[in-house]
Amino acid sequence: MEMLEQLITSFISTSAFGIIFNVPRRTLVQCGFVGMVGWMLYFSFQKASVDPILATLIAAFVVTIVSQFFAKMYKTPVIVFSVSGIIPLVPGGLAYDAMRNVVQNHYDVAVQLAAKAFLLSGAIAIGLVFSEVIHVLVRRSRT
Amino acid sequence: MPPAATNYEIAQVCLLVGKIMLENGGETYRVEDTMSHIAEAFGIANSHSFVTPTGIIFSIDGPEQTTRLIRISSRSTDLRKVTVVNAVSRRISQGELTPNEAYALLESIQADQRRYPLWVQMLAAAIASGCFLIMFQGAWSDFLPAFVAGGLGTFALAYFHRLVPIKFFAEFLASLLIGFIAYLSVKTGFGHNLDTIIIGSVMPLVPGLLITNAVRDLMAGHFVSGVSKGAEAFLTAFAIGAGVAFVLTFYPGKGF
Repeated sequence: MEMLEQLITSFISTSAFGIIFNVPRRTLVQCGFVGMVGWMLYFSFQKASVDPILATLIAAFVVTIVSQFFAKMYKTPVIVFSVSGIIPLVPGGLAYDAMRNVVQNHYDVAVQLAAKAFLLSGAIAIGLVFSEVIHVLVRRSRT
Repeated sequence: MPPAATNYEIAQVCLLVGKIMLENGGETYRVEDTMSHIAEAFGIANSHSFVTPTGIIFSIDGPEQTTRLIRISSRSTDLRKVTVVNAVSRRISQGELTPNEAYALLESIQADQRRYPLWVQMLAAAIASGCFLIMFQGAWSDFLPAFVAGGLGTFALAYFHRLVPIKFFAEFLASLLIGFIAYLSVKTGFGHNLDTIIIGSVMPLVPGLLITNAVRDLMAGHFVSGVSKGAEAFLTAFAIGAGVAFVLTFYPGKGF
């Protein structure tokens, strides 16, 4: 039941984000799908109490692979899909939380949260770069 | 056979492509890539570009060298434009367009301000906020407060940004409103958990994408873009944090 709930909300929220970012209308459903895949991976890892950084890294990796596949299929830049897939993984809530603690003079908590947010976004970026590298390698080995 | 395009015309096309991509959320390294591909398609083998979030320098080497700079002052996310420009660049690489044709086409793309109407964007932000609340383990009873706060927050951002062209200020006021609505809903018993409501409804505002892009740029060796995007993300996060905290200092609720 909980899984189903997460499945539906992640699909809807990522395609809603697609509307905010004004992605082409014909790609909205695919954006939602990419977001759903990323979030479900992350969520299941979280359930299995895998380290959030590793979970984020793998989810971002898979999101980019799927995005590249869609990008080729629909002849659209990868960013259209990868953005929506990555939005739920991004530590925006953490960054905000860190800042809120700064403004409230809780510097110790703030620094911890900020460091965590930084590491998580680093994990996302590594996931992105990793799958891009593999994409390039596969393309090179074919020609 | 039409007269061969001058370097100036080619540079114009490359710069306009770069400008549209950068203004609408394209990544720095991809902008550089696209620009050099286009130059190559027009027969210029040695072009150099230096792309930062606030400006592009493009230079064509050789006996007839050209170097030009354009400034990027406004940035937002409009992935439809990035997609359309990408399609144009693909057609250029296949040799379907002359520089003049490409330039005219790009100008029409630049002028096209077609977006979803504001109410659709508001609705999308509202729905996203509600769904994020559920994804972050919030209770369904808080769905409606997050829905309202997220939608109105996005509206406030757009409204204040039109009123005062300083992004920081608009973000501050929007998150102020979100904090206020969230507080009000908890106070009246309409909502329950203040923290999850706020986090859900600020999601459409937070610079998550910017943070990731900044780290991505740093890794690719684009230090100038990485650091400046990081600074922009920091400022946005600061504005949002300050706006919400401002409300909370007046109404010390639970958890603070």
